[in-house]
Amino acid sequence: MPDAADPARVSAAASVAISDLRVRRGGRLVLPGVSVEIEPGVVTGLLGPSGSGKTTLMRAIVGVQIVESGEISVLGGLAGSPENRRRVGYVTQAPSVYGDLTVRENLHYFSRVLGVASARIDEAIAVVDLGGHADQVVRTLSGGERSRVSLASALLGKPDVLVLDEPTVGLDPVLRRDLWRMFHALADERTTLLVSSHVMDEAERCDELILMRDGRVVATGSPEELRNRTGRDDLEDAFLVLAEAA
Amino acid sequence: MTPRVTFATAARVLRQIRRDHRTLGLIIVVPPVLLTLFKYVFYGEEETFNRVGPPMVGLFPFISMFLVTSIAMLRERTTGTLERLMSLPLAKLDLLLGYGIAFAALAVVQATVTSLVAFGLLGLDSEGPAWLIVVLAVANALLGMALGLFLSAFAQTEFQAIQFMPAFVFPQLLLCGLFVARDQMAGALEAVSYALPLTYAYDALDRVTSDGSLGARGAADVLVTCGVILLALALGAATLRRRTA
Repeated sequence: MPDAADPARVSAAASVAISDLRVRRGGRLVLPGVSVEIEPGVVTGLLGPSGSGKTTLMRAIVGVQIVESGEISVLGGLAGSPENRRRVGYVTQAPSVYGDLTVRENLHYFSRVLGVASARIDEAIAVVDLGGHADQVVRTLSGGERSRVSLASALLGKPDVLVLDEPTVGLDPVLRRDLWRMFHALADERTTLLVSSHVMDEAERCDELILMRDGRVVATGSPEELRNRTGRDDLEDAFLVLAEAA
Repeated sequence: MTPRVTFATAARVLRQIRRDHRTLGLIIVVPPVLLTLFKYVFYGEEETFNRVGPPMVGLFPFISMFLVTSIAMLRERTTGTLERLMSLPLAKLDLLLGYGIAFAALAVVQATVTSLVAFGLLGLDSEGPAWLIVVLAVANALLGMALGLFLSAFAQTEFQAIQFMPAFVFPQLLLCGLFVARDQMAGALEAVSYALPLTYAYDALDRVTSDGSLGARGAADVLVTCGVILLALALGAATLRRRTA
């Protein structure tokens, strides 16, 4: 088996593989046939304007989206299988936590559902820098703080695949930098991260990019590759070139 | 299904209600206050109060839990927590039973407080024991919870969920025999009343109140009530979708 001995080959083994995925929502074909692969050990950015199908693609990977056809393999299994519900963490764009519970009570509940040790609660609170708000009722937190509670809930189970829908919207720049550092640290531990954003300056922080427009994947590659391919220094310009060529 | 997850869900639901002092107050305080009101509306008509009072003790939890559950489940749907739970290793049964345990516990407190006030302070009289009325009240709470859970799937907003109360609960209250004996109703209404779950819940309470025990018919009523609870829970489970459009 020469392939297995080749480290480049091993790292290329995608943890999420999607082929010809079609999703219809409200009669409209929002994903008309997407094929894409996501590798472990890197931070993959899912970039595209609002309405381009980013959230639908993420929901399909997590297994909460009704799909019309196509195949989605996640960690070698089916998207949303009981095994994968333990190994895939998902953070929705709007924070999905209980507003009438405290930060710690929310995390306590999700830790019981996941069956992880309660020591993970304080670790997760520390990672998203909410130590000072641990016993505050979530409803009284700011929007950015609430989305960090949502993120902390997804980190509890140390998932192998982490799907984050616009996790850094409205966060202060220092915290945003810290979170991106954490994403890369997780990737170094072989976690697969898919992070969506509609802000191009976040694209710089990703190792790999998937550019989407109107439900189609316009381009994939590292920021460097996309710049070289288009001859543009600015990723926003590069996106324009690629979108118009597609 | 995992007991750990079921009980964690029940504890979480109770914690949410405990934090909501006003709802808790409404659940515990409103039934005794309404019964007090009832007593004085029928002042001097002890017989009416004694006929209608005990079944009301048993029916309050049905109404409260129907409302609280339908709003709580609607919130789980609209705030995205249901989607999160469906993406986690949680069985639908964990969620349904978690809610069931939480609201049954709450119904025990509600029915006990209401009974203490009704039988202790207001001098309400029943042939059957108060504890049996409390037990039936818990069954009715579960009935209300299961129906609320199922119907919440058809509400998009809290306004709509509240309107299910007059739409689904009031007709059942009117036809169950509480206000007018069913055999005195128009034939068509009596026939309809057989199809409504609250009819059986009320009939069991009425038998305990006037006969002093359930008897065979009362036991059959309880069985029908339990059957409807299971049916509504199954229908409710069908509305909890892991995958949505």
